[in-house]
Amino acid sequence: MDLGVIDLSRLQFALTALYHFLFVPLTLGLSMMLVIMEAVYVMTDRPIWRVVTRFWGRIFAINFVLGVATGLTMEFQFGTNWSYFSHYVGDIFGAPLAIEGLMAFFLEATFVGLMVFGWEKLSKRGHLFTTVMVALGTNLSALWILVANGWMQNPTGAEFNTDTMRMEVSDFGAVIFNPIAQAKFVHTVSAGYVCASVVVLGISAFWLLKGRYIAVARRSMTVAAAFGLAGSLSVVVLGDESGYALTDNQKMKLAAIEAAWHTAPAPAGLTLFGLPDVAARETRYEVQIPWVLGLIATRSLDKEVTGMSELVLKAQERITSGVIAYDAVERLKVDRTNVAQRARFEAHKRDLGYALLLKRHVADPRMASPQLIATTAWDVVPNVPLMFWSFRIMAFIGFFMIALFGAAFVLTSLRLHTKTRWFLKLAVIAIPLPWIAIELGWMLAEIGRQPWAIEGVLPTFLAASSLTRGVLWTTIFGFTAIYGTLAVIEVRLILATIRKGPYEHDEDLPGPAAARLATATPPLPLVA
Amino acid sequence: MFDYETLRLIWWALMGILLIGFALTDGFDLGVAALLPFVGRTDSERRMVINAIGPTWEGNQVWFILAGGAIFAAWPFVYAISFSGFYLAMFLVLAALILRPVGFKYRSKRPDPAWRSRWDWALFVGGFVPALVFGVAVGNVLSGAPFRLDSDLRTVFDGNFLGLFTPFTLLCGLLSVAMLVLHGSAWLAIKVERGPVHDRARAFGTVAGLATLALFAIGWGFVAYGEIGYRIVGAIDPAGASNPLRTTSEIAHGGWLANYGLHPWMMIAPVLGFVGAALALFGIRRGSEVAAFAGSSVAALGIIATVGLSMFPFILPSSIDPHSSLTVWNASSSAKTLGIMLVVTIVLLPIVLAYTSWAYTVMFGRVTTQDVATNPDFY
Repeated sequence: MDLGVIDLSRLQFALTALYHFLFVPLTLGLSMMLVIMEAVYVMTDRPIWRVVTRFWGRIFAINFVLGVATGLTMEFQFGTNWSYFSHYVGDIFGAPLAIEGLMAFFLEATFVGLMVFGWEKLSKRGHLFTTVMVALGTNLSALWILVANGWMQNPTGAEFNTDTMRMEVSDFGAVIFNPIAQAKFVHTVSAGYVCASVVVLGISAFWLLKGRYIAVARRSMTVAAAFGLAGSLSVVVLGDESGYALTDNQKMKLAAIEAAWHTAPAPAGLTLFGLPDVAARETRYEVQIPWVLGLIATRSLDKEVTGMSELVLKAQERITSGVIAYDAVERLKVDRTNVAQRARFEAHKRDLGYALLLKRHVADPRMASPQLIATTAWDVVPNVPLMFWSFRIMAFIGFFMIALFGAAFVLTSLRLHTKTRWFLKLAVIAIPLPWIAIELGWMLAEIGRQPWAIEGVLPTFLAASSLTRGVLWTTIFGFTAIYGTLAVIEVRLILATIRKGPYEHDEDLPGPAAARLATATPPLPLVA
Repeated sequence: MFDYETLRLIWWALMGILLIGFALTDGFDLGVAALLPFVGRTDSERRMVINAIGPTWEGNQVWFILAGGAIFAAWPFVYAISFSGFYLAMFLVLAALILRPVGFKYRSKRPDPAWRSRWDWALFVGGFVPALVFGVAVGNVLSGAPFRLDSDLRTVFDGNFLGLFTPFTLLCGLLSVAMLVLHGSAWLAIKVERGPVHDRARAFGTVAGLATLALFAIGWGFVAYGEIGYRIVGAIDPAGASNPLRTTSEIAHGGWLANYGLHPWMMIAPVLGFVGAALALFGIRRGSEVAAFAGSSVAALGIIATVGLSMFPFILPSSIDPHSSLTVWNASSSAKTLGIMLVVTIVLLPIVLAYTSWAYTVMFGRVTTQDVATNPDFY
């Protein structure tokens, strides 16, 4: 196993996924906001709402193409860089991806063309329908990809088949209705809604500060305030903690986030601050809020939150049991009909993946000494300081978002939002925050899953393709160059679009609205 | 519902249908993009060409993504081995395809001619490179890929990027370019107003049509007399476990023609390839545009089906260890997954086809220079 290849494959996947995830949340949220804005237009028949919809539709379109362009790479990266993963779990993992294509991508891609080109060709209701279909497709796409990802965190409904040497589906319903997948879906989609709301809020605030496009900015801000408040409450309240503590891996993730090296007596306290020391396996200078973690993680005051040391001991037992399963598989390869080995395998198959963890240190897990098993068990602990700090920053931003949108909602309800300058400035400054929280959330979910590609089933270091460092560096440089260039272009185009504001020729606005739009500064010559 | 053997056959056919669906829909987008700098000389001509595919290319591209997803779900082995085996080729395709969405969207955002010209060439790359690499990849599938499987069914490769290019695979690459350019020019003939662009599209279509006929014929010669082909030796269990190491195959030059001897009806596929290309050529010359587009569609269908039927039941033979070769009978998902995915497809695919047709109906009609000058939504 060439660890350089593994690290480079992980680096490449992380880069493309983090990059893809810059665009997707905005697409998710903006598609929904477009539905709201256009529905108001169709219901009230007031042309200003058409201007509002068309302006944000242009921002949506610029962003959407990069979501598509980066998503293309993601879809094929499983095959290109994670070949053994694709073989080992393709029987289950491939299905949600295929359904995503059939149910969601076709919907959003077909209707996005009509949404952009159809303003003149479709009736009002017909066009609203295309917008709704784009939003539906986008959200369905998130659902299916998170069903796939949720299965990696909690691989239910599947069993190892010794004839084909891979995992195969046993209960597809369990894969779809996986509680971790459902919790992730709600959390991720809400985060996308918040992201788009912050963007609309911030850009509108910028215009209001500059005194431009007041008519459009005011209305956009109203939509963002309401939608963002609902979204931010949903992110935090429905958060993905409902999925926690279901599996060993999520317990480990929780313990790492809390830097809980040992199980503390119930109810556990929430560590607000501390410095996790990985070498000494302890956390220095801890500041704890009593009881809170117990409430969040177990929804009770009498259940304890398991610490990392205790989870490692459990992993050690599972490795020992897994080696028996591994031995049985090797014997079944030679003689498929061996009933005794089949029984041994059935008794220990749940732990087969744990035996594979040993392959990082020995070619044949059966050769591992008890000493090696004990040290390998510590491999199941992810990067604690990274988890600890990522979570705290993400959660802080989450609560800040509730405060921001709470304020926005109150101010817009009181019709003070165009005048409160401190709030408008705050809204502009807040624009990058949801992206920071979202990327950290992705890191928590995926780095918290380590060392597993599929929890308890397939270690990450086994999942990669047989590639060389040379080709991996080539593609990492290639993708970084393309993506870097496109990111710069995209940001410049979005900024130019914002500066230029809504098209005057979009519609013939009635008197007062047209007058308000006309107070705008003339468009800059950068764009056509 | 169906037994394992039948399910595998259905999914083999569906894989073919998805690839043909991709070639028929996104195929003309690739061809049009490859033609863009040549059929359009002025900015408004090029915008006309771009907007002839602008509203629908995005949906068309999903056929490619769906084919990838469906192969992952139904043929995980094929997905795992082909994409990692053709690693740099896949990277080239993806990098080129990334240029497409941004090229369409961003080109129109600035009037600067240098900016627009750069994006025109980016779009050319986005059309030409995938068309070429897909063909080269198919050539490599026919010749066999250099992989072997260990007893845990992990894949080991023993090849490099330059090894992908042989006279035969380059021929397949050129055939693919010719076929898609033919299809693209037939689409342009239908979709843009009559005038200079229309005339140039017909001229390029004529060349592409002749090239398609010639290259397909030469390719057939390679298959008959060149050193390619495989065959299965020993017993096959069509309902057996998906474990390639349980079938034995060997290299057999000329083996790709064996199926036509056993099942003469399969000759329909190559015949459609030739007849379709000839019909496209006739249609383009005679100015009957619907016939030209139908012809180029039939040509793509026939040529892709020829590859699939010639190789059956092979999907991806191994050139260094024929014993590891992937076939219809040893590389699929479990019967359960194939069954579930079939139900999903039967329910969803007709819906997809329905709204795709609706989208084309809404955007029906020729694009004119007048349109691109006045419609603010056009690229």
